[in-house]
Amino acid sequence: MAELSNAPAPTPDQLVDIYRRMIRIERNDDAIRKTIRLGRLVMPYYSARGQEVIPATLSSLMTDDDKICTIYRGIHDMVAKDMPLRPLWAEIAGRVDGTCKGKGGPMHLTHPESGVMVTTGIVGSSMPIANGLAWAAKLDGSKRVTIAYFGDGASNIGAFHESLNLASVWKLPVIFVCQNNGFAEHTRYENGTSVDFIAKRAIGYGMPGHTVDGNDPLAMFAAAHEAITRAREGEGPTLLECKTFRFHGHVLGDDDKYMTKEEKAAAIAKDPLPAFKAWLVEQGHATEESLAAMQATIEAEIEDAQEFGLASPLPSVDELRRDVFAQEIPA
Amino acid sequence: MSAKKMNSLQAVNAALHQAMAEDDKVIVLGEDIADREGGGVTGATAGLSTKFGDDRVKSTPISEQAIIGAAIGAALAGYKPVAEIMLMNFTAVAMDMIFNHAAKLRFMSGGQSTVPITIRTLTGAGWQTAGQHADHLEGWFAHAAGIKVVAPSNPVDYKGLLLSCIQDPDPCIFIESAGSLFIPAEVPDDLAPIPLGKARVVQEGTDVTIISWSSQVIRCQQALAPLAEAGISVELIDLRTVSPWDKEAVLASVAKTGRAVIAHEAVRHFGPGGEIASTISEELFGQLKAPVRRLGAPYSPVPFAKVLEDAYIVSPDQVVETVKALMA
Repeated sequence: MAELSNAPAPTPDQLVDIYRRMIRIERNDDAIRKTIRLGRLVMPYYSARGQEVIPATLSSLMTDDDKICTIYRGIHDMVAKDMPLRPLWAEIAGRVDGTCKGKGGPMHLTHPESGVMVTTGIVGSSMPIANGLAWAAKLDGSKRVTIAYFGDGASNIGAFHESLNLASVWKLPVIFVCQNNGFAEHTRYENGTSVDFIAKRAIGYGMPGHTVDGNDPLAMFAAAHEAITRAREGEGPTLLECKTFRFHGHVLGDDDKYMTKEEKAAAIAKDPLPAFKAWLVEQGHATEESLAAMQATIEAEIEDAQEFGLASPLPSVDELRRDVFAQEIPA
Repeated sequence: MSAKKMNSLQAVNAALHQAMAEDDKVIVLGEDIADREGGGVTGATAGLSTKFGDDRVKSTPISEQAIIGAAIGAALAGYKPVAEIMLMNFTAVAMDMIFNHAAKLRFMSGGQSTVPITIRTLTGAGWQTAGQHADHLEGWFAHAAGIKVVAPSNPVDYKGLLLSCIQDPDPCIFIESAGSLFIPAEVPDDLAPIPLGKARVVQEGTDVTIISWSSQVIRCQQALAPLAEAGISVELIDLRTVSPWDKEAVLASVAKTGRAVIAHEAVRHFGPGGEIASTISEELFGQLKAPVRRLGAPYSPVPFAKVLEDAYIVSPDQVVETVKALMA
């Protein structure tokens, strides 16, 4: 893995913390996919398996007060931000103990206590709202930062361009994090995007833009550190393009006709999780045993959350009249 | 009690000044709204940036999605943003933010997110601004669960309803309509906020109920004298809030008169009048003395040529003829 010399090196604790977030994402994703296959969960699932490093690294540099806006492929972003798993599982099961009382589901998970402010099912729509959260931070005189997560496809929608321009004009403490997994739904990057690197688009909006290996925790740490520091210090927004790969297509059950088997296998062979784990042990930052114990704790947390979520009651039909407005709609 | 004579735009300006002075969470954004840009194309926001500063009163680029998105995000962080979308047709550019996000975030988050934004927007035929600057689109927003739609007709209501929208915990669309902007009235300095969802009886009567809102109320008022001369006693209701609408007031009035006409500037075809007419028919079928009638713009874009524009708007004469026909 490439060491960058122009950014502070992550401490061993930070590196292990990044791994903890990654394995929590991966184990949780694995459990969701298995539960769907068993027919115990019925939901559209946009797995982010393979993209763990990006939010794990950014979240390791964020405080509880910092905010994120994410998208339908965003459960990894929430788990990285340490969203509690019990209400997450209850929500994806459509139950009353869910973060959103079962009314939002996997594409609209919201948990302000963890800083998960908005999850949108509309490509690109995390960005305009993130700007508003960042504006509020400025008005509050706070140093908190907001991250807008989105995919490569979203860099072609109008909201991206309007948002980057406004963020730059208003010098907002926001970081636009593009998780470029090479495909906009089924369309290969180069068939839908005019530039070879999305980061180049930052030039048009007067902000720094960096393309980073989104599967390399050290490269991600350096880029994330710079962007977050810049936002906290009031210097304005940054566009980060983090190159990665999604292992399970656009939506679970997708037959991946738009890529070759060899291409997919080669990408999966570069799975950042085992590589980072081996590196941590090799560098002496952790031991096989300590990481196995960490994984066991996480697996127990996930099992508990799954049982809790699937056992939670179904919502009452009266919920259709609640939360439309602050005041309940009369029956 | 002191009062000032003002038109509806001045009433909007007074409400914004008052709301910003009373609550430092009230912030304002939109194209050209700061004094550096002239205080808004209609002057509705004049003086705000000078008085309350450039942090709370921000001119924006011409980016409607970014404007509404910024308002939503700031609202999620505890602010009460008032966003101006210069013209109602431009809400089409921001519809994803308004319809998919502002309207739904409370519900989709199970009540955790609250989006107390007010979207002020100007529209209305009469100025020959043609097909993309004058549509009355209240029906679009009334159809979106989670948004309140407010459409005042006179300076007192403009001020009192805007104050309520700004403090309301839910997103509100506040429609400023061309035909109602420049008719002055006395507006009390200490006017209390006027509750949303409550209609106003403009004139009491016993033969026919006319239900209207926004600029169309003025054209209905112009029909009152000829109808009185014809010996017809009209009850005119200004709905003021299109959604949620004051069903109780409307049904009580029609139960009394037995006849109803709904008149609006919006296109009649699939317009809000259909919902109101249908509710009246469902609830009061046995008590109706005549079929419920709807008056609205023809199924056409707003035209440019004056002769066409005049024909597009529901005129006082049409209101008179329709009411007379109901009594025949």
